[in-house]
Amino acid sequence: MTQPAAPAPHWHGAGSVPAMMRQVLYALLPAAAAHVFFYGPGLLVNALVATLAALATEALALRWRGQPQRLFLSDGSAVVTAVLLAFCLPPLTPWWVTVTGAVFAVGVAKHLYGGLGLNIFNPAMAGFALLLLCFPAELTAWPPPRIGDLDYRTLSIGQTLFYVFSGRLLDGLVLDAVTRATPLELAKTGLAQMHTMSEIRSNPVFGDFGGAGWEWVGNFVTLGGGWLLYRGIIRWQIPAATLAGILLPALLFWLADPETHPSPLFQLWTGGTLLAAFFIATDPVSSPVTSRGQVIYGLGCGLLTFVIRAWGSFPDGVAFAVLLMNAAVPVIDRYTRPHIYGR
Amino acid sequence: MAEPSTAAPPAAWTYDPRPRRPDWGLYAPTLKLASMGHPIRQAPLPAEAVIPLGHARGSARPLVSPGDHVLTGQPVGSDAAAAVHASITGTVVAVEPRPVPGQAAMPCVVLRRTDPEHFWPDLAAADPARLAPEEIAAHIAAGGIVGLGGALFPTAVKLQPGRAIRALVINGAECEPWISCDEMLLRERAASVIRGTRIMMRALGTQRAVIAVEADMPEARVALADRLQAEADDHIGIAVVTAKYPAGGERQLIELLTGEQVPSGGLPRDIGYVCQNAGTAAAVADLFDTGRPLISRIVTVTGGAISAPGNFEARIGTPLADLVAAAGGYSVTAQRLLMGGPMMGIALADASLPVTRATNCLVAAAAGELAPPQPELPCIRCGECVQVCPARLLPNELLGALVRGDAAALAELGLADCIECGSCDYVCPSAIALTPRFAAARAAATSGTGR
Ligand code: SF4
Ligand code: SF4
Repeated sequence: MTQPAAPAPHWHGAGSVPAMMRQVLYALLPAAAAHVFFYGPGLLVNALVATLAALATEALALRWRGQPQRLFLSDGSAVVTAVLLAFCLPPLTPWWVTVTGAVFAVGVAKHLYGGLGLNIFNPAMAGFALLLLCFPAELTAWPPPRIGDLDYRTLSIGQTLFYVFSGRLLDGLVLDAVTRATPLELAKTGLAQMHTMSEIRSNPVFGDFGGAGWEWVGNFVTLGGGWLLYRGIIRWQIPAATLAGILLPALLFWLADPETHPSPLFQLWTGGTLLAAFFIATDPVSSPVTSRGQVIYGLGCGLLTFVIRAWGSFPDGVAFAVLLMNAAVPVIDRYTRPHIYGR
Repeated sequence: MAEPSTAAPPAAWTYDPRPRRPDWGLYAPTLKLASMGHPIRQAPLPAEAVIPLGHARGSARPLVSPGDHVLTGQPVGSDAAAAVHASITGTVVAVEPRPVPGQAAMPCVVLRRTDPEHFWPDLAAADPARLAPEEIAAHIAAGGIVGLGGALFPTAVKLQPGRAIRALVINGAECEPWISCDEMLLRERAASVIRGTRIMMRALGTQRAVIAVEADMPEARVALADRLQAEADDHIGIAVVTAKYPAGGERQLIELLTGEQVPSGGLPRDIGYVCQNAGTAAAVADLFDTGRPLISRIVTVTGGAISAPGNFEARIGTPLADLVAAAGGYSVTAQRLLMGGPMMGIALADASLPVTRATNCLVAAAAGELAPPQPELPCIRCGECVQVCPARLLPNELLGALVRGDAAALAELGLADCIECGSCDYVCPSAIALTPRFAAARAAATSGTGR
């Protein structure tokens, strides 16, 4: 009889933090494959650079804080942060930009707040927001998607690595020749120049609803999100509310004037909408704990994304929307406490 | 505290094949079937019986001393709330504190069996119809009947006249996912449960009762329904509740059945209900039918290390090891022994401890059957514990308040309303021992205020 003194309960469900994190990574695999197919191997390079930087930062921070390294390095949370950050970055991102984002995400947004479970802000979004503010020019190098009759030129893994680590392109290529503005950027600048949505959408980087190719990445993100829902890793409240939060206002404005407002489906299949709904806003640490709170939080994430896209100065608003809602979580939690039985 | 409602309880309790699924609770893997392959078997009489004198409201005064010879059913401890009886015929060898499950020392009467067995001649059947309500309660107290669900609360105390009772609730919804003793009892002895229910209804002066079973107990429900139909009794209803754990918790059950909540810090009586376990009802029926006091109970013996799991009717005081032997002994080394189920049970050091009136189940778990303790990680605020908590607390915030030592926050967050069900621990991905911390803090708070 090994543990006579152990108090109840004597068993435990299957869930554990490392298992959750592993499932999140598995769920990102289809989207990663689509990403690589349409935009070349950049995502993999960025994810590797970010993961190494995140783990190194995590190890150092744990050491300084006198925390057990084995336990926390194996919880998988730093890897998830790094991979989500990489998903936000363009395929051609200089290594030092990625490293800056990952170090800030893990070192500042996570460990300065007390490490796993105590961070207020989603670390990946904090890192990405820092990069958006500090290095906007470095975050624009999206190759055109490999689809349809676009004049694309997929960079090999060697060419990608060379660019990421040297900032230059091989074979006499120039960055402008291998990259394109994203649909969200085109919509933003086009609408600002009084073009109509139909004019803007004639650009071949647009697909059926959102960005060509990107739509497929979004579909695979949704597939992964469905897997997480099925496995009970995430709950439906945050994804559903986030999507509702962006789709409803988008629908209203689009119905009012479809030529000066992107359609709701365009909102859905561009930028970080789906990734945020299923993978980013659902981060347990930085989201509310109650069902009602999660709905309010998701609606806020979606609505703020819409507002920033429509009237802000950044093409996408997902990162700032999530960070703003993160800041509201303590208040949301406070006002959505369940009614205690019998009181 | 809410004024007791005198309105009639919710309309008919009729069979609902799709009972309300509450938004709390969890579906734990159930092992009940393992112990339901055989009918209830009689466990052999023990060579020595260790009979605890205590119950939830104190301890009986011993009536015998070493050397006395006692007959089965003879009172050995007197107490106004619940007497204690000899469970076998034999010689008193000791009256002393002994370890019992969950308690290092409890006053016990130790008997050594002598054969043949003789029953105490004063035992006689009683007709409840000729007794006044107080007399029924007194008879139940003299019969030594306590709540067999595990709380050991003297049944007679719950039957004291007082507030008007709207309905008597008979709890046949097994709380723990591995225990089958109540379900087997309902299948095999539905008539006794119904008779005992009627006797307690008379004691309480109420016209209504409901017997609650879980959605995964169709045979038990059919057995009850057949019996009630045969007796054309429409005062007793049957309700099917969700199989989610802990639907069988008293407060949770009352909410599932009536939609009303027992006030915080109060009793079901405060809102007009009294809740008794199904096994208790059967014991009351036996007492009145045959005069037999509470000298035995049904115990589920199960777990991966048991050769032939099953339910046994065992005399109080039987060593647990005898039950293991009756169930075919161990098939593999038992890694852990529990009295009760895996969610709320008590870990036992060995099987030498006796069956008490609270022993509903013995689990002998094989290696790997119960999760080994994982290293605790910090709370990641996933909210899983919040979703399952049947008391609708925020276990994650309670944990934070405990760590800070913030007594005011603990009170506001409802530490006193925690039922220590273990659900929050079960789902916590960070493997945080929440329930043990809450239990310790609750015990400290109770002893601190002398409640
Ligand atoms: S042990 Fe207490 S806090 Fe945890 S789920 Fe049960 S009632 Fe809620
Ligand atoms: S289940 Fe555990 S990790 Fe999740 S919120 Fe509750 S205490 Fe924290």
